Amino acid sequence: MERLIAQLPEFFTWSNMALLADAALMTLSMTLIGCFIGFGLALVLVFLRTTPGLWALPLRVACIAYVEVFRRIPFLVVIYLVLFFIQTVSTDVSLFAIAVIAICTYAIAYTADIIRGGIESVPHTQIEAAQAMNFSRLRTLFTVQLPQAWPIILPPAIAFSVSFIKDTALVSQIGVFELTFRGKELNNQGFSGILVFGTIAMSYFLMSFPLSMLGQYLEKRLATPRGQRRLRKIRQT
Amino acid sequence: MPHLAVSDVFAKYGKLEVLHGISFDVERGEVVSLVGPSGSGKSTVLRTLVGLTPVTGGHVDVDGTSIDYHSARAIKAARDRMAIVFQQFNLFQNMTVLRNVTLAPTKIKGRPKAEVEAEAIELLSLVGLADKRDAYPDELSGGQQQRVAIARALALKPEILLLDEVTSALDPELVNEVLDTVRRLAGEGMTMLLVSHEMSFVREVSNKVIFMDKGRVVESGPPGQIFDAPTSDRARDFFGKILRG
Ligand SMILES: Nc1ncnc2c1ncn2[C@@H]1O[C@H](COP(=O)(O)OP(=O)(O)OP(=O)(O)O)[C@@H](O)[C@H]1O
Ligand SMILES: [Mg+2]
Repeated sequence: MERLIAQLPEFFTWSNMALLADAALMTLSMTLIGCFIGFGLALVLVFLRTTPGLWALPLRVACIAYVEVFRRIPFLVVIYLVLFFIQTVSTDVSLFAIAVIAICTYAIAYTADIIRGGIESVPHTQIEAAQAMNFSRLRTLFTVQLPQAWPIILPPAIAFSVSFIKDTALVSQIGVFELTFRGKELNNQGFSGILVFGTIAMSYFLMSFPLSMLGQYLEKRLATPRGQRRLRKIRQT
Repeated sequence: MPHLAVSDVFAKYGKLEVLHGISFDVERGEVVSLVGPSGSGKSTVLRTLVGLTPVTGGHVDVDGTSIDYHSARAIKAARDRMAIVFQQFNLFQNMTVLRNVTLAPTKIKGRPKAEVEAEAIELLSLVGLADKRDAYPDELSGGQQQRVAIARALALKPEILLLDEVTSALDPELVNEVLDTVRRLAGEGMTMLLVSHEMSFVREVSNKVIFMDKGRVVESGPPGQIFDAPTSDRARDFFGKILRG
């Protein structure tokens, strides 16, 4: 304990804090970029998954397989898979990019199911009305299904991304200079583990807490009287 | 040549066959009504016409040309000429009344927005709902939603209008208004096929009535004949019950 207090002025230096802030930014941007792109690709996957016709059967199977497989693999394994796969293709991809791709790969599988659940909650009769007026599948998705499904999709999708901020700690394993990696470094330099990881823990909290608040705010926004009525209706059917 | 000719049509929901060989003709500008007990397949007839329920046998001709329900393109072309008002209205819940009416004409038919909007407002006034243009469907009563659904179908300017129980949620006063609308449209040459339980409405508006039971056409003819002198026991029984209340 005395050692810890003695280390305080040495630990909380400008350079150390800048290092940690940089690492935190790395963690945050990795997560947000990965989850954002992952969400977009998950939308594509969900759309492809419902492609009608016999010729599209392999496509549908591939989409289902992707989700089922990646949801059952530990994130750490996904990171290594992506790392080694990309390194066989090219050697000059940055570790940051590899981390983003790994997060993306994993986020697609999780958010695809969230999106699918939301879309399936929209009554089929809404789709029939669109079909009868010759709406394409894509237009039906964007003008009829998704707008009605957002209140169902967004809360769990945001919650997933926020909770993923902490899971990205695993990419420190491949040497990305994110928060946990820097923590280990400082610890190796002789700083007290409690001091270092206490600070790191606080940083994770400071990043995800405001984002959860934002998520809850969005949920409330969706729960305007109209949104709430719609939500009730969707849940009834 | 009939505008719409339905010949020996079979249709299935999954494995359950609900239409067992339906045939009837509708001439251009004619109003034909499908009547019959609940579950007899009236809605299914309308749904098969627009390709929402698969046709498993027989054929449907519009202007003498058969619609190939196996071809997505042919179904598209058929849907371009027919509009349906669903029994449950099926208005888009996430859009205002006005957008429900204007969406397909602008985005699918590619007509200019200003023109379509002006027309839509006219149609909404016609059904007495001009003041509800910015309301959402869940803020409207069943009868109001039903009238928006009629306006939405009319905005598509179909050659053939399919109306499923369009008076079910309306009070008698409004039934008369819809009746006037249907008559006026028929006068303008629109072909209409409607499903209704409202026998006085059917009698007033139809050129021909088709009595269905259990997925088959039992008998058909002018309303006077079908209502007052049905030849089949099944129809006599059905109308007897209805007319006695
Ligand atoms: N989506 C569906 N899936 C499976 N079966 C269905 C479906 N819709 C209708 N059916 C069945 O098909 C038969 C015909 O139904 P349909 O809706 O065409 O009857 P209807 O004459 O319109 O009845 P109503 O007067 O009650 O509206 C019924 O036995 C019904 O149970
Ligand atoms: Mg029906």
